[in-house]
Amino acid sequence: MTSRTPSSVTALDVTRIKADFPLLQRTIRDGKRLVYLDSGATSQKPSSVLDAERRFYEMHNAAVHRGAHQLGEEATDAYEGARETIARFIGAQSGDIVFTKNATEAINLVAYSLGNASFSDTAVGQSLSLQPGDRIVVTEMEHHANLIPWQELCRRTGAELAWLGVDDEGRLDLSTLDQIINDRTRVVAFTHQSNVLGTINPVAEIVARARAVQALVVLDACQSAPHMPLDVVELGVDFVTFSGHKMLGPTGIGVLWGRTEVLAAMPPFLTGGSMIETVYMDHATYVDPPQRFEAGTPVAAQAVGLAAACDYLTAVGMDKVFEHEHALTSYALEGLASISGLRVIGPNNANQRGGAVSFLVDDIHAHDVGQVLDDRGLEVRVGHHCAWPLMRRFGIAATTRASFYLYNDFSDVDALVESLDAAKTFFGVK
Amino acid sequence: MYQEIILDHYRNPVGRLILEPFDAEVHHVNPTCGDEITLRVKINDGVVTAIGHQGQGCSISQASTSVMTELLEGRTVQQALEVEAGFLALMQSRGAGQPDEELLEDAVAFSGVSKYPARVKCALLGWMAFKDAALQAVAQSVKDQS
Ligand SMILES: Cc1ncc(COP(=O)(O)O)c(C=O)c1O
Repeated sequence: MTSRTPSSVTALDVTRIKADFPLLQRTIRDGKRLVYLDSGATSQKPSSVLDAERRFYEMHNAAVHRGAHQLGEEATDAYEGARETIARFIGAQSGDIVFTKNATEAINLVAYSLGNASFSDTAVGQSLSLQPGDRIVVTEMEHHANLIPWQELCRRTGAELAWLGVDDEGRLDLSTLDQIINDRTRVVAFTHQSNVLGTINPVAEIVARARAVQALVVLDACQSAPHMPLDVVELGVDFVTFSGHKMLGPTGIGVLWGRTEVLAAMPPFLTGGSMIETVYMDHATYVDPPQRFEAGTPVAAQAVGLAAACDYLTAVGMDKVFEHEHALTSYALEGLASISGLRVIGPNNANQRGGAVSFLVDDIHAHDVGQVLDDRGLEVRVGHHCAWPLMRRFGIAATTRASFYLYNDFSDVDALVESLDAAKTFFGVK
Repeated sequence: MYQEIILDHYRNPVGRLILEPFDAEVHHVNPTCGDEITLRVKINDGVVTAIGHQGQGCSISQASTSVMTELLEGRTVQQALEVEAGFLALMQSRGAGQPDEELLEDAVAFSGVSKYPARVKCALLGWMAFKDAALQAVAQSVKDQS
């Protein structure tokens, strides 16, 4: 198979970008060119991020917000400076940014805090509590991280879980939006961009309905913050969550952004050091957000690393990143359409769609597809992608998923299409 | 990794059926990939007379279950569990195992799988289900006799 001429020219100089990522210089499976197509799971890191973490440890390492020595001051400045950079990256105020371990913890923080509100001794805290008969709404395309915490919160409070369905093309079915988000709905939690289907969900439409019934809106931005410009004010939601490791940053850090007044009303999730105001033997009071939600020694080096990742992405330009991935996705969808027996699970065109592309190849199991690709140097994700109910919705067990980022180019897509052809030949379905 | 024998069993699996009658049925899932198997065994006088399995999974899990069925039917439960233990050890060897061909016969074809940690669970899915079902059947027959 020969490579096709891309329909559009890319917005990015990928050769230059690739040179910034040490891992992308290595080879795979006995000297083969590495084609990394699993950024939806986790991204690779540019040198500037690795250097920033190293520099922090080499020059400024100390416990943040504790002690009064010079290193402590420098570490605190680095940590709080990182918070400002990350806030700017999503159009937020730094005081509304809470650092967590990852997006999963950020979502759990919200769910547990709302659960703890039932025991709050303040009126504002109590106002957040859920009662039996209240409703939490999610969607059928959620990652387990944005489903199980809500199932558990329902179990603890007696609230009921309801969800928006997904149509055959992989878009949310909004025809029943007004019935599903009803007057008793207190929380609407949904993903900005599906990690399986690639679908970008219509935030404004869902937010408008949620506002009409005064429900809180939690937006899982794990797959959008790394790939498109985000502005929390424009989004109009109450919470935004994402993970550093999917956006060129280190593991061990996630972000919860919350609307100022909502964060202020919320009781803590994790408790301990760093989040207290005064402590007595039998009770304690807590500081204001964001520290109220950051119990324990803060993740300083990770915050510094994530800030460096935001700087890198900002220098490239998030609009360019989005444009580039859009071109790759269009090109990939065209290429995949040329393979007989291949079925894309998710929108077949790049309209309102990001660069996570899931598919089935005849009845070859996704594991087997993944293995053949891996032997040829292509790293893709196979399985249910932590979205088991979505798999069930499509009556399938697993898909193969290729996901793109700023360091992928058209030749990576060509390699994917060629290798899928090879997989078909190998398993004798050609 | 994909020996011809594996692909053969994948295309024409042995024992892929709903076994009737049976003494024990188990349902096992591989939570990392969602692969599932429902397996039934029939045991007469301590001998595995039949194994039947249904479900869906990758070529490795399908073929491994098929090879296992061929290998274990007709053996005593004790012999079958010895073969199972040998196969488990091979799978956990990270590519360094010396397969016992006399014991494992066609199942040695899966040696290569042990080099891929992510796939070992696939190869073991049917075997773990068999072990579970056989032990349940034996426990049940002991209970029935007492
Ligand atoms: C849409 C979505 N939500 C949530 C998560 C959870 O992220 P993490 O595992 O980093 O907490 C992921 C990542 O796998 C994701 O893709």
